[in-house]
Amino acid sequence: MIATPTFTSHHSEPVHANRSTQIIVDQVSLTYRPAWEEPVLDQINLELEQSELVCVLGPSGCGKTSLLHILAGYIPPTRGTVRINGKEHKAPNSSVGVVFQHANLFPWLSIAGNVEFGMKMKGIPKPLRKEKAAHYLQLVGLQEAASKLPHQLSGGMKQRAAIARTLATDPSIVLMDEPFSALDALTRESMQIHVRELWAKTQKCIMFITHDVDEALLLSSRILIMHARPGRIVQDFRNPLYSENKARNFNELRADRQFLELRESLLSHIASV
Amino acid sequence: MRPAISVKEKPKHSRSIARKGVHPYIYRGISASAVIVAGLLWWLISSLHVVSSLFMPSPAEVWAAFLEIIKDGYKGETLLGHIGASLWRLFVAISIAFVTAVPLGILCGRFRWLQAIFDPFVEFYRPLPPLAYYSLLVLWFGIEDTSKILLLFLSAFAPLFITSVYSVQRVPKDRISGATSLGAKGWSLYIYIIFPSCLPDLLTALRTAVGVAYSTLVAAEMVAAISGIGWMVLDASKFLRSDVIYVGIIIMGVIAVLIDVLIRSAMHKWCPWTEQS
Repeated sequence: MIATPTFTSHHSEPVHANRSTQIIVDQVSLTYRPAWEEPVLDQINLELEQSELVCVLGPSGCGKTSLLHILAGYIPPTRGTVRINGKEHKAPNSSVGVVFQHANLFPWLSIAGNVEFGMKMKGIPKPLRKEKAAHYLQLVGLQEAASKLPHQLSGGMKQRAAIARTLATDPSIVLMDEPFSALDALTRESMQIHVRELWAKTQKCIMFITHDVDEALLLSSRILIMHARPGRIVQDFRNPLYSENKARNFNELRADRQFLELRESLLSHIASV
Repeated sequence: MRPAISVKEKPKHSRSIARKGVHPYIYRGISASAVIVAGLLWWLISSLHVVSSLFMPSPAEVWAAFLEIIKDGYKGETLLGHIGASLWRLFVAISIAFVTAVPLGILCGRFRWLQAIFDPFVEFYRPLPPLAYYSLLVLWFGIEDTSKILLLFLSAFAPLFITSVYSVQRVPKDRISGATSLGAKGWSLYIYIIFPSCLPDLLTALRTAVGVAYSTLVAAEMVAAISGIGWMVLDASKFLRSDVIYVGIIIMGVIAVLIDVLIRSAMHKWCPWTEQS
């Protein structure tokens, strides 16, 4: 199953096409005015599937955040479409969850209130909301902070609450925009472990944007590399370090010779833009 | 299901704003002492008869006038009646200003064309001294409560409106994006996200608005009125009752401080996250 990365084709084949496809990005381009300038995104084609954790790697300015904003529905693509389970996705809604770089919690709501917010918007009755919020808080280990306000929590706890809030609306895909880049190294590592565990439990499709090669190699089942001017996907491959059967711990992975080789080649590949 | 996180992080403790090493109550003590010293000076000056009691009645005289007004009222109206008349005008005007200026300001902050319609009018009348157009209002609506409430409404409207416009433009874009990704749209976005985001600014603006309206109120009652605490002071001055003037001024000051404390405690209760710097 483990394929070695191919550093050649522009838009390589979807990796496991036999599963039911969820998210299709079809010929998406984005051009800001003036129109004669180079496009921010140029003909992006992408298929994301159930239970994939896709890391998008790229230098700053390669359009990875623009791609995320298009997937979320925040900005319309100049050309092309985004389809989720066959339906065109044009405006933001709870089928596409977003976790931001900073936790972005609503400061006037308690942690439980934040987690319940999406369900409230869906019109789920209060008792059920409370029950589900408690479940998701348990999942991220914040059951004791339920009644606290966001400003009373540390950075890592806030980001966990934000993840619980996004999962609580049961989205088809969760987009994460460099969610741990503002955290200190120790907290970041515990959050990375945490995301991998959450992913294993929930089997959600997660698209994770990062500029950290280590993070991409440790977390992902699949890696996309983007280049800038124009923003495009230049690599799309399964992470050879990922195995479905056993989740290896980070230290073991880091010591792996393959990890070091991949790290080197990815770094040089990203730097060669 | 076991909690999935292993590393325990300490929650932050809210920092007190007290300066290092000094108990915050010490400053209250200093303030209280300063007030007591000022009171003693007042008592000393008046009891030595340095100035005529017409200009500075003694604390005892003022206290006596206070008791007299409490007992008999002033010119056919009880003290509470005068205070109530003033506060009622203030309350009605501020309430109307809040429920009109805030929604309008929020909409103007979201839609530039709407702001373009209202901006010239607000910008024109805002710097005008309220008493300048008060004469017009009296001409149209008489010296009863209507003209006064309208005057207070206009003076409170501008700060609330301008703050709402400014505040809604400062709502983080990510917060609105995030809310839409959680399923909020249309009116629920305004009610559940934009309004609470603006609330800290709005309560600060409310403090300003109450301050402006309060000073306008006293001035308005001095121009044309038949009741109210401001009118009481003006009327007393016609009869050289300086003890009553002092009573009125002290009551006005105390009421203003109490209103401010009330709004501040509302801010503390509803927007505790803004107290963290």
